Amino acid sequence: MRGSVERRQHRAGWAFVTPALVLIGVFFFVPVLAGLFLSFTDFDIYAIGRPETVRFVGLANYARALSNSLFWQALGNTLFFVLVGGPLSVVTSLVAALLVSSKLTRFQGLFRSIFFMPVVTTLVAVAIVWRYLYQPQYGLLNWLLGAVGIGPVDWLGDARWAMPAIILMTVWKNFGYNMLIFVAGLQSIPEELNEAAELDGAGGWARFVHVTLPSLGPTFLFVGVMTMLGNFQLFAEPYVMTQGGPLKATTTVVMLMYDEGFRWWRMGMGAAIAFVLFVIMLLGTMLQLRLQRERRT
Amino acid sequence: MRKALPSLLLHAVLALGALFTLAPLLWMVSASFMPGGEANTFPPRLLPSAPTLAHYVDLFTRLDLGRQFLNSTLVAVASTLISLIVNSMAGYAFAKLRFRGRERVFAVLLAALVIPGQVGMLPLFLLLKGMGLVNTYVGVIVPFMAGVFGIFMIRQYALSIPDDLLDAARVDGAGEFRIFWTIVLPVIRPILVTLAVFVFLSAWNDFMWPLIVLSDEAKYTLPVALASLSGEHVQDTELMMAGSVLTVLPVVVLFIALQRAYIRGVMMGSVKG
Amino acid sequence: MDGGAATSAEERTRARRTKRVSARPGGHGPRRAAHASLRLVFLLPFFLTLAGCAGAGREARTTLRFWAMGREGEVVQELVRDFERENPDVRVVVQQIPWGAAHEKLLTAHVGGSTPDVAQLGNTWIPEFVALRAVEPLGPWLAGSRAVAESCYFAGIWDTNVVDGVPYGVPWYVDTRVLFYRRDLMARAGWDSVPGDWDAWLRSMEDVRRVAGKDRFAIFLPTNEYTPWIIFGLQAGSPLLRDRDSRGDFSGPGYRRAARFYMEVFRRGLAPNVAGANIANRYQEFERGTFSMYISGPWDVGEFGRRLSPAMEGAWGIAPLPGPDGPATGLSTAGGSSLVLFRASRHKAGAWRLVEYLSRPDVQLRFRSLCGNLPARVEAWRDTTMTRDPFARVFETQLRRAVPTPKVPEWENISLRLQDKVEAMVLGHVLPDSALAALDREVDRILEKRRWLLAHERRGGPGGTGTAP
Repeated sequence: MRGSVERRQHRAGWAFVTPALVLIGVFFFVPVLAGLFLSFTDFDIYAIGRPETVRFVGLANYARALSNSLFWQALGNTLFFVLVGGPLSVVTSLVAALLVSSKLTRFQGLFRSIFFMPVVTTLVAVAIVWRYLYQPQYGLLNWLLGAVGIGPVDWLGDARWAMPAIILMTVWKNFGYNMLIFVAGLQSIPEELNEAAELDGAGGWARFVHVTLPSLGPTFLFVGVMTMLGNFQLFAEPYVMTQGGPLKATTTVVMLMYDEGFRWWRMGMGAAIAFVLFVIMLLGTMLQLRLQRERRT
Repeated sequence: MRKALPSLLLHAVLALGALFTLAPLLWMVSASFMPGGEANTFPPRLLPSAPTLAHYVDLFTRLDLGRQFLNSTLVAVASTLISLIVNSMAGYAFAKLRFRGRERVFAVLLAALVIPGQVGMLPLFLLLKGMGLVNTYVGVIVPFMAGVFGIFMIRQYALSIPDDLLDAARVDGAGEFRIFWTIVLPVIRPILVTLAVFVFLSAWNDFMWPLIVLSDEAKYTLPVALASLSGEHVQDTELMMAGSVLTVLPVVVLFIALQRAYIRGVMMGSVKG
Repeated sequence: MDGGAATSAEERTRARRTKRVSARPGGHGPRRAAHASLRLVFLLPFFLTLAGCAGAGREARTTLRFWAMGREGEVVQELVRDFERENPDVRVVVQQIPWGAAHEKLLTAHVGGSTPDVAQLGNTWIPEFVALRAVEPLGPWLAGSRAVAESCYFAGIWDTNVVDGVPYGVPWYVDTRVLFYRRDLMARAGWDSVPGDWDAWLRSMEDVRRVAGKDRFAIFLPTNEYTPWIIFGLQAGSPLLRDRDSRGDFSGPGYRRAARFYMEVFRRGLAPNVAGANIANRYQEFERGTFSMYISGPWDVGEFGRRLSPAMEGAWGIAPLPGPDGPATGLSTAGGSSLVLFRASRHKAGAWRLVEYLSRPDVQLRFRSLCGNLPARVEAWRDTTMTRDPFARVFETQLRRAVPTPKVPEWENISLRLQDKVEAMVLGHVLPDSALAALDREVDRILEKRRWLLAHERRGGPGGTGTAP
């Protein structure tokens, strides 16, 4: 009796997961492996018309990508976004979470929903709105700055301010998501820890530093890694708002991949860029994990 | 009095934060009703002088955005339904069904989480071309069917189904699929709603893939149509704002209606840590 | 006061507790009904769309898909209606594509197997689509046609459609760039016509800027368009590419001379160094006198007429471009768009009929009246609307001095790299000499495959580059 139940579960188990596995296998893993293979060829526009002109070039695409100044500029832009935008977003989310889940706060649900609202909005739609907000002469932002005496800034037209402008917009759009995760993390801190610290005479700030922050360790890691991975893939915002300009100041690695692959049809090169990005993201994740481990010891 | 001051300050900061958060969206709605050219004046206007529906009318008559609204709906609904079916079965199986190789297969799926989607985008496009699916609705829906996140979400929730419930049904002679359909699905309904909301929002908001796959304007989804419009009509601010409102309204409404389910899903995602 | 606060706190807790109860799985009736009706709401549009698709498929006529860009895409809808009236068995669906996305949309459509039946194609893109084997060779169609033949067109324009001796496109309209200028401000500055050579041109720019006022400019050269930089290069005698178009020649003497000239214009503050998008409305600024000169094409004749206020009538005009050494060197690009058929089309006969229709001289003239584009058909130029039009005469003069750009598939890519480099030079981030040297290195890299194919061709390898040598 038991044997047949086990066998039935075994068959059912495989039957249940097969549709998902087939879909993921065919439409995810196979393309990823094919991408790796593609990155070792010079598949391009000539190859689409005449497949016999494809050549196997080994690591030449990777070498060319790494020796292309535009690649390093895109990588620099992306890293700027990750290293400045990431922490900014995380800190904003933490502050919002603290404010929203404070014991003094009323209408917690309402504030939570308001802060979360930008997350669900369509990126292209709000990128267009922000493009108008950033307009140097007629935009709301410069008007507000003017009200406090700061001169007009050419947000999207000045190479120095374009990426910070995009950072501001993405922080606005995404801080609600991490805020919720922090709220969940804060809620899971046992009350006794805080009460014990209070009895020991620790003030608000000390309690924050010595009880709250350490307890949020795993949450920080989760938020940190997820935000970093998302930020490395920055594409839609610069595509809609600045087309990678001015002077390539907002061109990211994914935009470069899109350009090489879908604009100029140098698909071998595009695939190579995608894999380089993947390796960098992997390194970033491992780095964060290592830092977290060291912080704990 | 001393207790009231921190509370007042806190709420003032929160209110200010809420205002900054909502300001762009409110301006978007307001500008969509402004007569043409009014949004590009100095000093900028906050409210329309003479609210007009002309831009919305334009969207549906001159620009055929109604068609693209339907396209987005079609894609989002289809993605949601397929995703629900496929992921709920797989998630439940990984959680509760004992079969050989389960843990190893699951570990491989974990790896998929780390790989960014763009890596396979070019070959996926070539694969779809081979299958004749470029510039079709199916071609747009495909990436959502291949999502690993949904499986994780369902599995996480399904782990909490009491085993005795399932074993009792097996002893009674019920087949596995019947158990899934009549016992498991009702129990995991909340997470199904959450997953449905997640997938619907992702599919509705998706931009890069539909941009690549669709070349027929008549098949564009709203984000792609909007991006295309913004290239041509960059001077017509109010029209673009109306387009943005049209795109954002359904997902905001959906969110407000089902926010508890959605928020639960987000917060649950962090429990794994 | 206190009693009141306590009660509301109790109420709040009670409310929270009841909320938690109803959140349990398998909740009570009303919630389930709400979910069900939500799902219905979602499914309804789905079924409506399906019904719509089914309905559309019942048409018996041939449906042609026609892609057109920019303003042409907007106005061609009218012409197409008349074509449908003359050909009731054909229905034409026009899709208008913005120029910025057109190149990638066309390529994606070809790779994805979803090309239209007919499309407008910028003639500089023809070599690329020929190399892709995307477009249909038109030899047989031309041979069997009484309406369209090579002799009907300007020789230089026809030539841009021919690759390796085979015609692939029928010229639709021609485009060459001329100088739009403020006649009134120039007159006030002491110039009754646009000078013929660069030196005098510079002097006129200085003079007109002085007249226009402080914080004004003489000419608008947007850094997000590449055509002027190509034109100056051609005027200075640069071939732009050398060695059978397999290497860049931007650091050669011809192009360096051109770069020195236009950088001088920026250096003297005669042109604003902003991207096109940040001049919010160029027509407004032209009217305000922010700049008095602008290099553009035939479509802007219509746009200026439409967007400038009535007071501006007669205050502006167009003139052929000045050249480095006098009017004869005032070359311009032999641009324009052609109509092409796609190899993958299943309605080529119907598509060819549409092409013939749009190539009729009367239809070409009507097209011109709608959007200002110049007819490609020589016969149309003999019409009185053209011969009596002062604007048309300027364009005709310039067309006689129009030359093509290199016919390589990578030309669009190379043009954009040029644009990037000029933008960097204009904003002062890099010196012209090093920018041009870097550009040549990049162009050489882009053309590497072409060089390899040319080398193989000589040795008899895989089928050649598919482009004219």
